[in-house]
Amino acid sequence: MPEAPNLPDACDVAVVGGGPAGLAAATELKRHGVPRVVVLDREPAAGGIPRHCGHYPFGMREFHKVLRGPDYAGRLVARAEQAGAEIQTGVTVTDIQPGGILSLITPEGTGELQARRILLCTGVRETSRAARLIGGQRPQGVLPTGALQSLVYLEKMKPFARPVILGSELVSFSALMTCRHAGIAPQAMIEPNERVTARSFAQGLPKLLGVPVHLGCEIERIIGREQVEAVQLRDRKGRRWELACDGVLMTGRFTPEATLARMGHLELDLGTGGPRVDQDGRSSDPNVFVAGNLLRPVETAGWSWKEGLRVAQSLARDLEAPRAREVTLELQIQGDAIRYLVPQRVTLPLEEAALESIQLRVARPARGSLLIRSAGRILWGRRLSALPERRILLPLDVLKNAAPDHPVEVVFEEEEGL
Amino acid sequence: MSQADASLPERYDVAIVGGGVVGCAMARRFTLEGARVVLLEKAVDILDGASKGNSAILHTGFDAPPSSLEQRCIAEGHAEFLEIRESLGLPLLQCSAIVAAWSEEEVARLEELMDQARANGVDDIVPLSAAEIRAAEPSLSGKVKGGFRVPREALMDPWSTPHAYLLQALANGAEVRRACEVTGGQFDGSSWLLETSTEVLRAHSVINCAGLFGDLLDQRLLGETGFSIKPRKGQFLVFDKAAAQLVSSIILPVPTEKTKGIVVCRTVFGNVLVGPTAEDQESRCDSSTDAATLKSLQGKAAEIVPGLAEIPVTASYAGLRPASEQKDYRIQAYPERNYVSVGGIRSTGLSAALGIARHVLGLHQGFGPRFTAPRQPRVPEVPSRLSEYDPRAWEEAGNGGIVCHCELVTRAEIERVLQGPLPPRSLSGLKRRTRVTMGRCQGFYCTGALARITEGAFDSPLAVRAAEGEDEDA
Repeated sequence: MPEAPNLPDACDVAVVGGGPAGLAAATELKRHGVPRVVVLDREPAAGGIPRHCGHYPFGMREFHKVLRGPDYAGRLVARAEQAGAEIQTGVTVTDIQPGGILSLITPEGTGELQARRILLCTGVRETSRAARLIGGQRPQGVLPTGALQSLVYLEKMKPFARPVILGSELVSFSALMTCRHAGIAPQAMIEPNERVTARSFAQGLPKLLGVPVHLGCEIERIIGREQVEAVQLRDRKGRRWELACDGVLMTGRFTPEATLARMGHLELDLGTGGPRVDQDGRSSDPNVFVAGNLLRPVETAGWSWKEGLRVAQSLARDLEAPRAREVTLELQIQGDAIRYLVPQRVTLPLEEAALESIQLRVARPARGSLLIRSAGRILWGRRLSALPERRILLPLDVLKNAAPDHPVEVVFEEEEGL
Repeated sequence: MSQADASLPERYDVAIVGGGVVGCAMARRFTLEGARVVLLEKAVDILDGASKGNSAILHTGFDAPPSSLEQRCIAEGHAEFLEIRESLGLPLLQCSAIVAAWSEEEVARLEELMDQARANGVDDIVPLSAAEIRAAEPSLSGKVKGGFRVPREALMDPWSTPHAYLLQALANGAEVRRACEVTGGQFDGSSWLLETSTEVLRAHSVINCAGLFGDLLDQRLLGETGFSIKPRKGQFLVFDKAAAQLVSSIILPVPTEKTKGIVVCRTVFGNVLVGPTAEDQESRCDSSTDAATLKSLQGKAAEIVPGLAEIPVTASYAGLRPASEQKDYRIQAYPERNYVSVGGIRSTGLSAALGIARHVLGLHQGFGPRFTAPRQPRVPEVPSRLSEYDPRAWEEAGNGGIVCHCELVTRAEIERVLQGPLPPRSLSGLKRRTRVTMGRCQGFYCTGALARITEGAFDSPLAVRAAEGEDEDA
């Protein structure tokens, strides 16, 4: 096995993924005096998704400035390097094993790295056309936003001229702006739900740009042999029509890039699609921590950055003196209105938790009472009306009153007549 | 026909029409026999029709109609594949198959199927009780009632395999024309003058391997045909590589009159495949999928292997089988017109192609000239080894870095293929040769880099450069 020449063979913390979470964590670990912190990124440059988001606003939380994605990514990299983190790009981690062993691919061949702790920050990607089970032919020109943005902002290229945009999440509007930036004219935005998913400030955008929005409408078939020629749409009433276009942007429906966890030994959570963690971001392997969007789909770069920082603080404490956390409580979702929870377990005592709140998302619009229960007792409750893809935070510290030996139940008691 | 055409010299012994797996195997066989071969493919790339989407199983022919031509070609093709696969670097996953019965009615048919297998020379089958199947395949649904193992059923790479056949033909002097449709032709009593969309050429014989268009080509060249194609669509789902630990053998259902039924198996690329459906249709080129069918396949998959319910889908596709109105292959020689028609190669073409080529060579010897085989046939270089179960290019130093992160395809592999003797002219061609963008992210991460690397290589580019000034702020 040829050894990669420039890579160390051992380090204290190996951070997998050099996006906002990973770079923030590496910087913070160095600030806590951790000797060898290595960031491994498979792309030619670190920075993560913001590298190809040529738009504003990034960096308010981190640099108190409004920056574009690439500038923001550049500053995060510079800060991590200045702090003394070692950033290795063009390195793919193919496997992690118990005991902190990482298998690597570099352009020079394969290698292995032994780390005292591993921090996974591999982020999210959008759900593909195939995983959405969208039918039709299979022409080229069906792309996620991530691919469009790397084409437009990194390669200065255009894959199509008149696409339709599927989805109405925040990223869908980012896709709309990317199109506009590149001189691409979206023909329509298509949203299967009856309302736009993103928060209100984006909603006026399509009208402003003259792009029709079709709500309650699905792409039933993609048409075209070589390049996309049209999509067949179907609305709630079963009406079908064809819309001419030369591309389809599959935006949003993010899913964690959890391949290392899925193919390896970590427990996965079906709700988030990422590894199951406790409030320190620790996975089922005590030497493997997780931060950023790999924890759950999907949060902003700034949120992921903060999470990287906080998990790094827990990790640094753990390297110094692993704390005995004696009681483990599993958090259980009751009913089908809640899509996921993070963390999925807590270990008591709760002091100095990296994840300060329980993050929750609903699977569909829901109204009622959100409750945290333990052994039949309500620890916390709130009435609310919730929409999918909106951040909902529950207090973590109420769990200190939870009964040991009982799972904590999180339930959304829905009211009739919504 | 012009005067010039009439005097066109006979440059080829054999013109093979159609670059599917059968055409590729045919080109290899005739070239290795010493024939001057030209292969004509109307699409911009080979493997663009029926050979584009199949289940990639190397069949034994255990369930073929006994003493049928199909059964003979599968047996011979299977044997030759095993002989040549190492020298050509062809992946093979010798995982065996289990025919699983899910109801008492199906259990009742097992005996007859096992008799049929033995009659077909597949005499190493092993009857299995439900408990034995569960022990061998612990993730399989507990509802299985019984079955039998077919040890020599295996999995192969449906694309690099026919590619290698054609590359070997090219390495030994064959020629290939892509984007070249045969539009007409005349037989003058001793040779064929073929008109194509790009040129006129003369060949001693014509071998029709046009698959889904075989009957139409017969009509066009002979004015008659012995069969008619009834396209049968099969939709498939490909599950994430995490699913590969759930299945070991190829899980076959008890077949019906019409179809082999829904198969669950791994792929040599490390995924799990579920399909195909069997849907008769008129169109010879529309291999559309539809959401309702894909969803029902997903449900069916979870019925057979419950763990698949929790595994994401990586890809979906549909293939068209060139079935005819009869079950058996429809291979017919027209010796008085130096012509062989190879029709109705429904769903076993990948397994049988090498055997079909030998059979057609035999028919051709009945009317064609004698060839002198090259003493030392060349073995082509393998451009890319794609099996997840064999060493891959990324393990080598100087791999140029990973471009496609999901399938671990290296820059060096992509460049080798683009500069090779049969370069792809479309993304789908590059996918078949290297697996780029065929993984779980379906191009989220690598489309940008790939568009740059493939600039100028494809007829329809992945992306075009933004015009000067267009990148300025909107």
